[in-house]
Amino acid sequence: MNAVRFYTPLFLIVAFWQMAAMVGMVDAELLPSPVAIGAGLAHLATAGDLLLHVGVSVYRQMAGLVLAVLVGVSLGIGMAHVAWVRDVFEPIVRITYPLPKSALIPLLILWFGIGHNSKIFAVFLGCLLPVVVSSFNGTRGVNTQLVWSARSLGTRGIRLLWKIYFQAALPEILSGLRIALALSYTLLVSSEFLIARAGLGFLIQSLGEAGDYPGMFAGILIVALIGFTADRLYVKWMNWMLRWQDQT
Amino acid sequence: MAYIDIEGVSKVYQADTPDPIIACDRVDLAIDRNSIVTIVGPSGCGKSTLLHMIGGFITPTAGEIRLGGEKIVEPGPDRGVVFQHFALFPWMTVRGNVEYGLAEKKMPKAERREVSQHYIDMVKLTGFEESYPNRLSGGMQQRVALARMLACDPDTLLMDEPFGALDAQTRMIMQEELREICRASKKTVLFVTHDVREAVFLGERVVVMSARPGRIKTVLDIDLADDAPRLAVDEKADEIWDILKDEVIKAVVPGASYGARAAG
Repeated sequence: MNAVRFYTPLFLIVAFWQMAAMVGMVDAELLPSPVAIGAGLAHLATAGDLLLHVGVSVYRQMAGLVLAVLVGVSLGIGMAHVAWVRDVFEPIVRITYPLPKSALIPLLILWFGIGHNSKIFAVFLGCLLPVVVSSFNGTRGVNTQLVWSARSLGTRGIRLLWKIYFQAALPEILSGLRIALALSYTLLVSSEFLIARAGLGFLIQSLGEAGDYPGMFAGILIVALIGFTADRLYVKWMNWMLRWQDQT
Repeated sequence: MAYIDIEGVSKVYQADTPDPIIACDRVDLAIDRNSIVTIVGPSGCGKSTLLHMIGGFITPTAGEIRLGGEKIVEPGPDRGVVFQHFALFPWMTVRGNVEYGLAEKKMPKAERREVSQHYIDMVKLTGFEESYPNRLSGGMQQRVALARMLACDPDTLLMDEPFGALDAQTRMIMQEELREICRASKKTVLFVTHDVREAVFLGERVVVMSARPGRIKTVLDIDLADDAPRLAVDEKADEIWDILKDEVIKAVVPGASYGARAAG
């Protein structure tokens, strides 16, 4: 998309926000101006431990996501092809699907402590179902004649799952993964809010408690920027992976 | 003994419902090794079902099919298949598709490359090795499917209306190419079509099937020379068409009654 067209509305909102703050329409304490947030950002960046918080958060997010993908894809494909796997897991998936996974965070902290593991598990839980559901639906929709072709070319048994079902379902699996990626930030930050010793959620929380609202907004901005960049990069990678599809 | 023996084979879909569909009804057919047999019949007569059963993709409700004396129970690389809608692997390039079966046979990479190039050249797709199927025309995709099947060098070729989705010109060219390949390579070929001319042009024997429930109505030997003009093919095709016409009319009865309703 045209970059100018994409960023113009954002720029207008920021400009309006700045003016509103300058003429005193909003309380600078409750809603710091963009310029003040920029200064907070600069302060955070030079204060030294920002990179640590970013690193900790990205590590937790990635670990949770990778786990969710490994378990989710296997479970989704398994549910689509093995009757007992489906019988066991379908009720669980259906019942837990509408449950907000963030409601489990206090429990996870109880179980896994206040360190990395409770956050990783929260991200894992939040990202799991979109991956399971997309893998399940994707592999069930695979054209039978593709499978027949592979079988007549010598592919048998469990190899069919990887060589044909997984590959054919990849477009659906990758779009499920994109949803999981977006959800991972929610789980990550909210689990770090509750109790943590490091991470972006912890940073936002502690700056807020210290009354440094520009700094807190800067923290939120960093999360948004990381999420936005990750999504852009993901989409680029996804399009490359699916370069065999009709271009739309 | 025939190479492929089809004995009393029936296939019933939705057998446990009030209106079962009898796709094939007690079909008997013997196919000799290295012969080219074409199967024609009106749409819905179960000719594709019969081919899919020989492929081992679906199992007969009754009867059995033997290949070289062995009962067919599952698909295998001894029987190559080309489907009506190509069924190429869309995530693989042309080369990837043609090499797929070779890789499954654990053929070394260099040899694989050599074999795939031979067949890609044969179906005149040189220069498209790295293209993905979605970027190719229907005729080109069908030739990839043909190359993918031939590369594995199966004894038996099963083809399910492979040219049905092609335009008339491409179809004629493909028919000639396929006939050349079949006659040169000494394979047992089963070719399903609803096009009588195509059946006569390609087949050494033509099996005519009746409208549903699919039965074999008659089997004709075609004794045309390889260089017989298309006109001779047309004459023979007219002969078969006379046999088939009633069956086609039977098969389209729902259409006829729709016409009557529309008129009334």
